[in-house]
Amino acid sequence: MLIPCPHCGPRDVGEFTYGGDATKERPDPGSAAAADWCDYVFQRENPRGPHLEYWHHAQGCRLWLKVRRDTATHRIEGAEIAGPWAGAEARESDSGEGQDVA
Amino acid sequence: MSGFRLPSCGLIDRSRPLHFTFDGKRYQGFAGDSLASALLANGVDILGRSFKYHRPRGLFSAGVEEPNAMVTLRSSARTEPNCKAPMVELFEGLEAKSQNRWPSLGLDIMALNGLAGPLLSAGFYYKTFMGPTRKAWMFYEHFIRKAAGMGAGTQLRDPDRYEETNAFCDVLIAGAGPTGLMAALAAAQSGARIVLVDDQAEMGGSLRGTSLTVGEAAGDIWCRSALAVLSALPNVTLLPRTTVYGYYDDNTFGAVERVSDHLPVPPEATPRQRHWTIRAKQLVIAAGAIERPLIFAGNDTPGVMLADAIRIYVERYGVSPGQRIALFANNDGAYRTVAALAKAGVTVVAVVDPRPEIGAEARSVVEGCGAELLTGHVVTRARGGRRLAAIEVTPYDPANGVQDRLHRSIPVDCLAVSGGWTPTIHLASQASGPARWDEALAAFLPGEPTQPWQAAGACSGELSTAACLTAGIQAGAEAARACGFAPSPISVPAVGPEITCDAILPLWDARPAGGKGKAFVDLQHDVTASDVSLAHREGFRSVEHLKRYTTLGMATDQGKTSNMAGLALMAQERGLSIPEVGTTRFRPPYTPIALGALAGQARGAHFRPLRRTPMHDWHVAEGADMMEVGLWQRPRVYRRDGETVEQAYIREARQVRQSVGIVDVSTLGKIDVQGPDAAEFLNRVYSNGFLKLPEGKARYGLMLREDGFLWDDGTTWRLGEHRFLMTTTTANAAPVLAQLEFLLAAVWPEMKVAVTSVSDQWAAMAVSGPKARDLLAAVLDDIGMSNEAFPFMGVREGHLDGVPVLVARLSFSGELAYEVYAGAHSGEAVWRRIMAAGEAFDVVAYGLEALGTLRIEKGHVAGPELDGRTTAEDLGLGGMTSRRKDYIGSAMMDREGLVDDNRMKLVGLISRDGQPVRSGSHLIVPNGESPPRSLGHVTSSTYSPALEKYIALGLLEDGRNRIGEALVATYPLKGHNVDVEVVSSHFFDPEGSRMHV
Amino acid sequence: MARYSIFSLLSNALTGNRNWARVWRSPEPKPAYDVIIVGGGGHGLATAYYLAKEHGITNVAVLEKGWLGSGNIGRNTTIVRSNYLLPPNAHFYEHSMKLWEGLSQDLNYNVMFSSRGVLNLAHTPGQMDSYARRGNAMRLHGIDAELLDNREVAKFVPGLDTSRKARFPVEGGLLQPRGGTARHDAVVWGYAYGADSRGVDIIENCEVTGFLREGGAVTGVETSRGTIRAGKVGVAVAGSSSVVLAKAGLRDLPIESHVLQAFVSEPLKPLIDTVVTFGAGHLYISQSDKGGLVFGGDLDGYNSYAQRGNLPIIKHVAAEALAMFPNLARLRLVRHWGGVMDMSMDGSPIICKGPVEGLYINAGWCYGGFKATPASGWCFASTIANDRAHALNAAFTLERFCQGRVIDERGAGPQPRLH
Repeated sequence: MLIPCPHCGPRDVGEFTYGGDATKERPDPGSAAAADWCDYVFQRENPRGPHLEYWHHAQGCRLWLKVRRDTATHRIEGAEIAGPWAGAEARESDSGEGQDVA
Repeated sequence: MSGFRLPSCGLIDRSRPLHFTFDGKRYQGFAGDSLASALLANGVDILGRSFKYHRPRGLFSAGVEEPNAMVTLRSSARTEPNCKAPMVELFEGLEAKSQNRWPSLGLDIMALNGLAGPLLSAGFYYKTFMGPTRKAWMFYEHFIRKAAGMGAGTQLRDPDRYEETNAFCDVLIAGAGPTGLMAALAAAQSGARIVLVDDQAEMGGSLRGTSLTVGEAAGDIWCRSALAVLSALPNVTLLPRTTVYGYYDDNTFGAVERVSDHLPVPPEATPRQRHWTIRAKQLVIAAGAIERPLIFAGNDTPGVMLADAIRIYVERYGVSPGQRIALFANNDGAYRTVAALAKAGVTVVAVVDPRPEIGAEARSVVEGCGAELLTGHVVTRARGGRRLAAIEVTPYDPANGVQDRLHRSIPVDCLAVSGGWTPTIHLASQASGPARWDEALAAFLPGEPTQPWQAAGACSGELSTAACLTAGIQAGAEAARACGFAPSPISVPAVGPEITCDAILPLWDARPAGGKGKAFVDLQHDVTASDVSLAHREGFRSVEHLKRYTTLGMATDQGKTSNMAGLALMAQERGLSIPEVGTTRFRPPYTPIALGALAGQARGAHFRPLRRTPMHDWHVAEGADMMEVGLWQRPRVYRRDGETVEQAYIREARQVRQSVGIVDVSTLGKIDVQGPDAAEFLNRVYSNGFLKLPEGKARYGLMLREDGFLWDDGTTWRLGEHRFLMTTTTANAAPVLAQLEFLLAAVWPEMKVAVTSVSDQWAAMAVSGPKARDLLAAVLDDIGMSNEAFPFMGVREGHLDGVPVLVARLSFSGELAYEVYAGAHSGEAVWRRIMAAGEAFDVVAYGLEALGTLRIEKGHVAGPELDGRTTAEDLGLGGMTSRRKDYIGSAMMDREGLVDDNRMKLVGLISRDGQPVRSGSHLIVPNGESPPRSLGHVTSSTYSPALEKYIALGLLEDGRNRIGEALVATYPLKGHNVDVEVVSSHFFDPEGSRMHV
Repeated sequence: MARYSIFSLLSNALTGNRNWARVWRSPEPKPAYDVIIVGGGGHGLATAYYLAKEHGITNVAVLEKGWLGSGNIGRNTTIVRSNYLLPPNAHFYEHSMKLWEGLSQDLNYNVMFSSRGVLNLAHTPGQMDSYARRGNAMRLHGIDAELLDNREVAKFVPGLDTSRKARFPVEGGLLQPRGGTARHDAVVWGYAYGADSRGVDIIENCEVTGFLREGGAVTGVETSRGTIRAGKVGVAVAGSSSVVLAKAGLRDLPIESHVLQAFVSEPLKPLIDTVVTFGAGHLYISQSDKGGLVFGGDLDGYNSYAQRGNLPIIKHVAAEALAMFPNLARLRLVRHWGGVMDMSMDGSPIICKGPVEGLYINAGWCYGGFKATPASGWCFASTIANDRAHALNAAFTLERFCQGRVIDERGAGPQPRLH
């Protein structure tokens, strides 16, 4: 599997660590109910098909990525940088084929 | 003794004789021979014994599909079982042995199994061996395991080396036969980067030794010139002796190059094999096709061979596998073998073909060689035990099948069989939808691609050389175009007259109704046609059930010659067409690959990286017992002459409390945390407060997991308003950093904080003991050491002998103690300086055991207590979980399961009878119920020099209310029981007076 | 149906093996059953078998999407053990072990359960301590366990690198002598044979496409072969749990599906006589009766339903195998494949009544599902028959996650890929 790191270009899956489901948002500690926390920490849709998920380019740029990947085919539709560097340009010389993830 | 060397033809080098042994007997072959061709040339008929019935088996094929001729190569540590003889290149001194026979290949006692044939039908073992007792299987299994298996492995370490490497290209071409060569030529001239891979030593595939003309020249000459062109191109990499074995996601391929297997031993500085991970934009599969056999009684008799294999032995190796040869085929292509034999002057006795009509070229070949042509006939039986003696031939017509009444016998010593061709769709099917059935070829072709590949040539059903050349050009150009290149057209070389493989009659099974004798479908696993019928009868009708129940196609050849026939028989039984029955999934590897090749360099000491601290060499020089801590090597104890480990750590720990000691703590995780929001960030990451930590101060912090359980601990030092140095446990150094990065990216992206690992940048050592201050004062250049100037938990920057250092007054041991951090390169120098100055203060270097002793005496928790199942409250650290802020874990730490009263709590344990309390013991009440119920367990234990007792930490149900109780620490694994008293976990100096002095 | 024995083999051999009957029938689905089990794998078939045998409930259908045993029961490394630390797991798996020990006789089908021992290697004193904790817990639970030192390990497993030169020298190991292996496919066929002969309908090529609901309760299933009603519907579909249960309205579960690869070498004469697991990584290896070395390692580590993995783990596993057995380098891998694991959030299973009336859930097997097969079926049958959990699976609830009553054998927290 090649993950199109927007910063580094397409890189082998062996450079990355999986971070799981990226659709769950951490509840607001101020207002969330216990059930919200259980949902965030334990409950997963676990779809067979497109899956938005986190990957950590641990042996590369160390950015966390949001990747849309099909769990049935392993095909990757796109990847974007999560967090404050989101939208940062890929390096010109070896940009990946990744597109933004909706 | 039937096979013999032909006087002239073949690509072997007759001027270079090579000597080899088979089962200890010495033979001679020539350079260019395979082990198979050399044995054939020497008239060796029996090369192995079959898996179940131990029937004598001869050579069957000339390639990777070989089911019979499996030998063990080499000896002692280089023993390599289950090698397919056609794939073994001959070298001087080659040593081969037959397998699965006892006492010898000629006389195999287990051949008696053949007599019990009907009893040993498919799956017989599921129906018996169940009694008389429940353990009976253990008795039978012993013998069954011995009888099963093929070759024998060795217990010796493989002395050879393996390499791994990577390749990136535009177009990877798997297979360098006519299709692959043309594809490479077509793609290469566009400038695309090409990797061309072939499993043979010499590329060219079916063109090698062929009698066809290609272009203006003999096929073989054309092939060499094409290779010369390709090897001269800078954008082409040729990888002979290499197999692309697996197709992985995103066009990543595994391939193994057999670098030195054709040599007696790998040359100096050369690996035995090299693993290639190839990432290609496009793959052209030019993997060819494999001929398939036909089913009739005795079709495993030595001397029965695939027709095209015979052609290859004649044309490529100059060997005839027999003196009187017959052909049994259902397609025209097989007649090429007749032509080759006739050209070589070998007698072809008869040609048996179930078709009423055959092609004109095929007919003229037979007529030209004088063989008897028996169209509308089949071979129903091969006779002969250790060597084919005769075939029985019977009329056949497609409407009425086999007419067994009219059979006649023809004496032959070799039978060439061809049931048509099976395209090699293995790679394609690893990245495609279901295989596509081609009625005309009676074969499965590659399905719809799910990754960017295209199949061309024989593997996609083109069975003539001319068609392969054309298809190769198309595929190569198309692949290059898909990579953004603009290949210019190249012309197809003309091919001389050839017999094509058209007009197959899809006959699979030539057995007459009710015919007797074993007819094999899977030669290597001894699966017979009647086993397939039995599987059907018992309901194992899906292809997967058929495979699993009969083991059809699961041998080392992975059913390359047997799967199709098995499917055909099952289809016949079920009254369905073959595509309705379907195929099993092809799984990698295409051909078996050595584990060594997969492991590559990651063997022995290189299995995993070794991490050494900056002071490593000093520890080793001082005779430390080094131990593994994750990837790290750390000193366990510094044993003096004659000391046991226990004596050493007691001495070290005692000396720390008496004078001063130094321990290497460089393995701790160290994370630089910077930014205007750094304090707030830490405050959300740690369960205790960090907002108000003053500059120049350190604080011990706890980290919880989001689910509220305790995760990690360590001290974090505030070096500036916006700058902190965090330390983590050794084990969690990487996970904590990843988690911090995650939080900053995904949870709080608005926070202005950057985190960076500085674990490897700092050497760290703790200096502990009553004389620690005096010692450091003697070596530090510019840090005031008084209690007032440098209070407990203070952090100071300064110099030691001119080396910049960070010093923090922290104590894990409970003594007056400091941690000294220096740049990694200066670590050993700083350590040595402290040790040298420390002589005056009676300094001792201490290892992990004494470190453990000191912390247990203080009741400090470490890995055994932080086991991922404990809470801060369990470990007596509930006071450090703030109720006044939100942080990771705060929302979930009060769930009912985490606050149960009967949860196990951290306690101290003191041995009451002077015996050591072993870690891993369980705590039970004395003289209680039987079997005793575990109330908890011992997490860490030591002899305490301070208390002069064996003490331990433990987790105990409702532990804090059991202080003072007498329990037993039981260790049933060794029948060991120790009476213990439950005490507070703070054994020594609970007020902490010593570290505050 | 005739019982299998050496005598039936002999008499059939004399009649050309023409009189063997189908091991299980191939019935058309009836319109309704008392109980439907979704999933014709080991757990589903075992459930049906024990429903019939232990509870007399025989009006049962097992619905299988493809061919019987096409999931993890036919893709695993066949290891059977009960060497668990935490009491709920220890009791459950020990019950399984006891069922294994009599399974061939019980089913009249040889599942080739081979008590050849399961040895977990330890490489540091700390690891020995944690194995001691587990081994002592096992002994207190009446489960066999032995703690071996380096020399004992070397004697027990010839060929294993027990030298001090190893990258992670072997300190010792925890042995469960009764552990071992069984023939995975035989378990499928044996339970199918047993269930079928007690009247259970086993229906292959029957995909569940939806659940019938009446007043909130599940009352049957829609399938590719029509609607089938049932009083109770049990779902035992391992890696497909999320996909199937979503059709019953359970959108989120404490489960992620991950791919786990398995590997087999060419067949060899006996070389490794026990099951050995690596302690400085994650690898388990044994030799099948046919002679192939069977091994597996870590998950690929990402959500997947693809039943195939990728190169990094393949190479990783091979390196671990050679770290343990340097003598295997020249031996060849003949096949590798992947299975889809229903990884739960604490590494332990879920066997319980569902949140919806009439629905029962059996899931979260991580990669321990094979050895659990008998007890899983036994407990699930009991739960379905009695409408409440048996003591042996009382802790394996869906609610435990939120309650904080996780059964976290590894202490890895809610990260499925780490269990």
